[in-house]
Amino acid sequence: MDHLFFFLFGFIAVVCAINVVLQKHPISSALSLIGVMGSIAVLYLQLGAPFIAMAQIIVYAGAVMVLFIFVIMLLNAGSEEQRGRSWTAQLLGIPALMVFLGLIAYFIQRWFGDAGVVKFDNFQGGTAQNVGYALFTDYLLPFEVTSVLILVAILGAIVLARKELD
Amino acid sequence: MEFIVITLIKTAIIAFVLLTTLAYLQWVERKVIAHVQVRMGPSRVGPHGLLQPLADVIKLITKEGVLPPHVNKFFYLLAPFFAVFMALLSISVIPFGTSITLFGHTTAMQMTDLNVGILVILANSSMGVYGIALGGWASNNKYSLLGGLRSSAQMISYELPLSLAVASPLLIAGTLSLREIVNMQAGYHFGFIPRWAIFAYPFPQIFAFIIFMISAFAETNRIPFDLPEAENELVAGFHVEYSSMKFAAFFMAEYANMVTVCSVATLLFLGGWLPPWPVAYGSNFVASAILFVAGAVCIYHGLNPARPFDRYTLPVFGVMFFGLGAVMLVPFMVPVLMPLFWFLAKTGFLLFVFIWIRATLPRFRYDQLMGFAWKFLFPVALLNLLVTGLLVALAS
Amino acid sequence: MSQLLETFNSGVPVSWYLLLSAVLFALGVAGFVMRRNIITVFMCIELMLNAVNLSFVAFANQHRQVSGHIFTFFVMVVAAAEAAVGLAIILTVFKNRETLNIDEIDSLKN
Repeated sequence: MDHLFFFLFGFIAVVCAINVVLQKHPISSALSLIGVMGSIAVLYLQLGAPFIAMAQIIVYAGAVMVLFIFVIMLLNAGSEEQRGRSWTAQLLGIPALMVFLGLIAYFIQRWFGDAGVVKFDNFQGGTAQNVGYALFTDYLLPFEVTSVLILVAILGAIVLARKELD
Repeated sequence: MEFIVITLIKTAIIAFVLLTTLAYLQWVERKVIAHVQVRMGPSRVGPHGLLQPLADVIKLITKEGVLPPHVNKFFYLLAPFFAVFMALLSISVIPFGTSITLFGHTTAMQMTDLNVGILVILANSSMGVYGIALGGWASNNKYSLLGGLRSSAQMISYELPLSLAVASPLLIAGTLSLREIVNMQAGYHFGFIPRWAIFAYPFPQIFAFIIFMISAFAETNRIPFDLPEAENELVAGFHVEYSSMKFAAFFMAEYANMVTVCSVATLLFLGGWLPPWPVAYGSNFVASAILFVAGAVCIYHGLNPARPFDRYTLPVFGVMFFGLGAVMLVPFMVPVLMPLFWFLAKTGFLLFVFIWIRATLPRFRYDQLMGFAWKFLFPVALLNLLVTGLLVALAS
Repeated sequence: MSQLLETFNSGVPVSWYLLLSAVLFALGVAGFVMRRNIITVFMCIELMLNAVNLSFVAFANQHRQVSGHIFTFFVMVVAAAEAAVGLAIILTVFKNRETLNIDEIDSLKN
């Protein structure tokens, strides 16, 4: 059962990621990215992280991607036109990617090959209580600094996006 | 294996009941608005217009589904499907009552009890924005685009006070699972005031309840916040290019969202399936009492009919109500039916408030609506959360 | 056959999750380098961040600690803040240069 879920949602994630890279219109890329985030959220559920899975959907897929889609709709971004690409890039691109991935797979299998297995519900420490407790005791300083970061981001976005007063 | 079969059966029952409820919710809405406006509402199709939803479904299915040539086909077809999918997904974590035992199998009256249940509801309402934004954009029409963008901006702005208003009773309950939240609201203060979240001990969550209801009106695009999709504003907004089943899908998504937020308000604030006064003081007989009174009223009006066919239909309804009231008195069905009755009564009351407000209030202008969310509701919800947190920390 | 069933009854190895994360990251890098529309480039950055988050959560599961989830939480917050500011910058660039193609935004002079 774990294998089935991993293969199914891993396959959906990879197909949607390929779609993000290959689609011409930005809205199609954005929707494929939402598909990637949704399947990664299911993989989080299998890895025993229910809070992070829901936070992924609420924050990432439900707010950040809405922002992307708003900007694409407001700017009326059309399909991207094809410019000439160098022949070396086109010929060697995909084989180079395959070699890169093969190397990474070999090294992952060598270093983390016996790192254990993931079964559903074999890690129960990812509940909201545990995450909240760790966030407010061990990681309190990064938490407060992050709130300052968000404030800076809000101010930056407002200053950049408002109309100039003449 | 047994778990899968039971869950499939529960899913089928809940899906069927939900879809019928959505259709008849529209009938209730039309009748209530009509009676508020001193007219009769649907009364021709079947007795008291009860077959009107059936007629509407047949009309919508058989209407010509126009696919305009200038739309972006894939997203045009995806948007209503996405809206309905996300709206119906929220119902899967809502508990309707305590456990039920049939043919030796015990199961809870809920499709699945996640330990982050309330976050699933918030996630699905966040994803519901896409159906509307894509529907508005895919129609390739500047009025739909503006309507879709306005509606999406309204929904994501009101998600903030909604989430903060939801966080306050969660602080008091201490858990994210919907069934546990209701179980924490059991018991009575001084023996007769229920320990619901709006009467909670450290800080009664009445402000959070009001903020939640106001945000719920805006989240589901209902009056007074329905400017982006009203028929006389911006040419009906984002669903102007949709016809027949796709339009029905958007409509169904809106009603399903309404049912979801009313159920969540019942579970978080009004104590879910718990009775308002203790069983020892006779709260188990309320359901039967209401149904017997309804039956008596129907039979009385059947004997002095206002319309000629009422002589035949009203007594039948009266007898049905009496039968239902008698079923509610049967001792071995009481532990199963009573919690279900209280949950449905409270949710039904909140849905009636939704319809009542639709019949009564005018709608807000768009800048008034956004200013209200960001400048008033969000700070008030934040203040409520702070005060709740402070009092909970002091009380423990 | 029974050995196959045995592998299927035990769980999914953690290294497979890491491999999936590497694949998604590599696809993000490929998109970042290949695409010309500035918004799509930005979305490939988000894809890379998601791949890294998957890695963190897989390690958290392996070591049975919640620190991986905390890291993921912070990465999500930083990504959200970055998306807000980045899209504001894109809007300003679009207002000034009238184009979203990064090949044409290649000089400081207007």
